[in-house]
Amino acid sequence: MTAVSLDSAWALSPSVALRPEPFGALAYHFGNRKLTFLKRPELVAVVRALESHPDVRGALVASGVPEGQHAAYVAALSGLARTDMIRPVGQGARR
Amino acid sequence: MKLVEHFELGLDAPICLTWELTYACNLECAHCLSSSGRRDPRELSTEQCEAVIDELQRMQVFYVNIGGGEPTVRPDFWHLVEYAVAHDVGVKFSTNGVRLTPERARWLAASDYVDVQISLDGATAEVNDRVRGTGSYDTAITALRNLHEAGFRDAKLSVVCTRENIGQLDEFKAIADRFGATLRLTRLRPSGRGADVWDELHPLPEQQRELYDWLVANGDNVLTGDSFFHLAAFGPEDGSGALPGLNLCGAGRVVCLIDPVGDVYACPFAIHDQFLAGNVLTDGGFDNVWKTSSLFQELREPQTGGACSGCAHYDSCRGGCMAAKFFTGLPLDGPDPECVQGYGETALAGARTIPAVGQDHSRSAPSRNAPVLLTLSRRRPDAELVPPVSACAESPLAGFAPN
Repeated sequence: MTAVSLDSAWALSPSVALRPEPFGALAYHFGNRKLTFLKRPELVAVVRALESHPDVRGALVASGVPEGQHAAYVAALSGLARTDMIRPVGQGARR
Repeated sequence: MKLVEHFELGLDAPICLTWELTYACNLECAHCLSSSGRRDPRELSTEQCEAVIDELQRMQVFYVNIGGGEPTVRPDFWHLVEYAVAHDVGVKFSTNGVRLTPERARWLAASDYVDVQISLDGATAEVNDRVRGTGSYDTAITALRNLHEAGFRDAKLSVVCTRENIGQLDEFKAIADRFGATLRLTRLRPSGRGADVWDELHPLPEQQRELYDWLVANGDNVLTGDSFFHLAAFGPEDGSGALPGLNLCGAGRVVCLIDPVGDVYACPFAIHDQFLAGNVLTDGGFDNVWKTSSLFQELREPQTGGACSGCAHYDSCRGGCMAAKFFTGLPLDGPDPECVQGYGETALAGARTIPAVGQDHSRSAPSRNAPVLLTLSRRRPDAELVPPVSACAESPLAGFAPN
């Protein structure tokens, strides 16, 4: 499986829906039926920004995530990639 | 703020919504949570059900747990399943298996987003049929086999844990494994007809321990629907012994129930006027009930531990299950009747009033296969010590020995 890195391109899986909640969002995958909690509004913003940026770094910068936190966000995105919440672009992801 | 604290304040829409589609049922299980049997003439029509699904789609309720009664006896059941799935509302439905023919199993195997849960409350026909009725074991096993043979993957085998089946946990797991299914264990609640048999069927204190230990050893591959958070108090005071799950009462905060006539209750185990939040037809739709009902607002306020606040384990068990307390007549801010620290037994021994029955759709006359939880009492063990009574003794008290 492709690893999430600052230079790779990712997007939300086509089977995933995000539902805004006070703490961030619920992400539900209609294929594997996994429910994931995105526990920070910042992470939700990043996940939503992924598809309109050529790489993860671009989405992080556009969402105002300070560089010092980039590694932590890459780790969080890796967790989402493991359950197919986000997919590498060009492998059935949106756009 | 921790995620669980957000949950306690309530979400914009439920995470886990149970929808009982009908009170009609072919069985008459002794412990039925919803006192089902007869169809309610006010049952939501097909169109009204579709409108509820449309609303769930708008609210982004991603899936519903459909139950009953026996939901598959509704003639429009399969249509409603298709309608929900087509509107981004995934379906898991609970059934006793009565309609799961080989053809239907193939239909289900070909559909996406539909999950099937078969109820079985004994790993043997003897234990199961005693509470669920004659023939119900065979029906459930046949349904599991049909699903398996049709290639349906990962059905759920749902078991209510009772005094009579706690010793069969390994056997339940073996049945699930045999049919490629996942075992799901839930707690017996004193709700609906369950109130009548709870004293007799709820697990004994040492069985609670047995269940907890079994879940700790096997929990990774077993679902519990967050049922057993009261058992977390078996673990250390820091809460590290909690079983996987949210470990809080989600009533009106992250879960709720819609009943067959559109009434919205705080949770699937609390079908009683006390926990009625409103109606989807008469109170402005489900979204409005969820967001504005005064009952739900109240449930979302910070709760105090009440009599439990001095207990070191309160943070682990959060005082247990609201419905279990209510239907056993215990105060809602006190210990759970099955509190594993023993406070429940003390509370049950004190003065309490069991609440009057709410709705009841039980059949007026039990059918041929209805379970009878009647234990024939044996001869008194001290009967030999009582002087023999001659055949012509006429006194109505002949042979009666007090104590």
